[in-house]
Amino acid sequence: MINTTVARLTIRAMLGRRRVLLLFILPAVLLAIAVLARVVAGPEPQLARDLLGPFAMGTLLPLLALITGTGVIGSEIDDGSIMYVLAKPISRSSIVLAKLTVAIGIVLAFGSLPILLAGIITADQVDGPALAYTVASAFAGIGYCATFLLLAIVTRHAVVFGLLYAVVWETTISQTVPGVQAASIQQWALATTELLLGDQASRAGMDAAVGGIGAPLLAALVVGATWLAVRRLRVLRITGDTT
Amino acid sequence: MTQLVLDRVSRWYGNVVAVNDVTMTIGPGVTGLLGPNGAGKSTIIHMMGGFLAPSTGSVLLDGEPVWCNEQVYRRIGIVPEREELYDSVTGREFVLANARLHQLEDPHAATARAIATVEMADAQDRDIRTYSKGMRQRIKMATAIVHDPAVLLLDEPFNGMDPRQRLHLMELLRAMGAAGCTILFSSHILEEVEQLASEIEVLVAGRHAASGDFREIRRLMTQRPHRYTIVSSDDRALAAALIAEPSTSSVRLDGALHVDATDFAAFARALPALARRHAIRLLEVRPDDESLESVFAYLVDR
Repeated sequence: MINTTVARLTIRAMLGRRRVLLLFILPAVLLAIAVLARVVAGPEPQLARDLLGPFAMGTLLPLLALITGTGVIGSEIDDGSIMYVLAKPISRSSIVLAKLTVAIGIVLAFGSLPILLAGIITADQVDGPALAYTVASAFAGIGYCATFLLLAIVTRHAVVFGLLYAVVWETTISQTVPGVQAASIQQWALATTELLLGDQASRAGMDAAVGGIGAPLLAALVVGATWLAVRRLRVLRITGDTT
Repeated sequence: MTQLVLDRVSRWYGNVVAVNDVTMTIGPGVTGLLGPNGAGKSTIIHMMGGFLAPSTGSVLLDGEPVWCNEQVYRRIGIVPEREELYDSVTGREFVLANARLHQLEDPHAATARAIATVEMADAQDRDIRTYSKGMRQRIKMATAIVHDPAVLLLDEPFNGMDPRQRLHLMELLRAMGAAGCTILFSSHILEEVEQLASEIEVLVAGRHAASGDFREIRRLMTQRPHRYTIVSSDDRALAAALIAEPSTSSVRLDGALHVDATDFAAFARALPALARRHAIRLLEVRPDDESLESVFAYLVDR
């Protein structure tokens, strides 16, 4: 199902670029703030909630997923080197799934893992905010990666649209405007986490804007976006030009 | 015996027509796709490689549609014009990855064979980002032949190659063509195509202008009417003498002398002899339409 050669090439391309610095900068900022907060205020679960909720989940994670979700395929489409992968007798779904798996893996490593660490540093415990937000970031990461991967196949301006979505929608509107919160990957991921962890999530201060519908919505988004990505990759137009 | 067929293929982008109603059959051996820049050569190669759907018509590989049919890549190798590769891997790793993507039984052996064929063994363990243009071209070639394809498509393969590399690639393609591989390469340089291809397809402004044996096309190109602008010590006397020549079809005087020659070779012999006989000094003889575009334009108007 997943083409391991494509996955390996994608990892090499992602970690071999200057882009990898960006991947390190975002979690480094999070960990630096966590360490600073711990030194100044001491271990405090409320601090962990404030840091992991709006900042890590609301801003860092969408940006990280945008870089990786579009990065695993966007630059190859831009420079035409995707041709080497497409000119092979392998199913387009195995290509998309390989790319998606790599993107999710990178988001887990550079997003969820630092969120866990930052939670432990600030709250001095694994249970509570650290665990809850780590789980939520993994769910949100999967949703974002599938969305941004599709976006990168559909448009050459994926980063612009993705940035608008990440900053305007996820960071600003979905955290503040009540009505539209129901249509937010972040809120769906929080709802899914509440479903999974139950009381533990609410004790950690998690409060999703949507109820039980969040999990099926997130699942439908991931499946739908991936299916569409395969369809669009099959008919991807490659012209020789840079235009 | 693999055949690639374009059947009444057109391709447009918005309201720009890139390829206009082209029908051609590419069989075993080396075929050159000749045309000026922007003639639609890349568009044709992309459609043949299954990277672009024809707007109308069909592209068939042994009767099977190429578009949306990934199984055709077992038989097609493609060398794109663009140079971007996966920079952060070595040449050998990249060819090996291509062999694996083809699901070859012994990808390592196939990789070693392909790299030896393109003479890249010495540099195979260096990162691709350190490669020169010619080296990239050869690694691209290695990825295209790693699975021994029956059809090889090359988009401007000689761009950026030095003369030695050019000769080597020509030899390689000639040998593959002689062995029964169906090879199509595009070029905007007549000499390149003439040296290598046994069949030529000429494309001008998206239209299929000529097709067939290169000698035939060469004849069409050299025997077309040539137009010259001549400045001499006595234009009028020269004009009078020239119009009596069977190799000219028209002579016009307006400051300079404009001559249409129907037979290029005969005219080239006649002009200096004529000038000498009438004691006229030729100050300037300039062909007006030697550019490749005008040669092609003539073929289209024919």
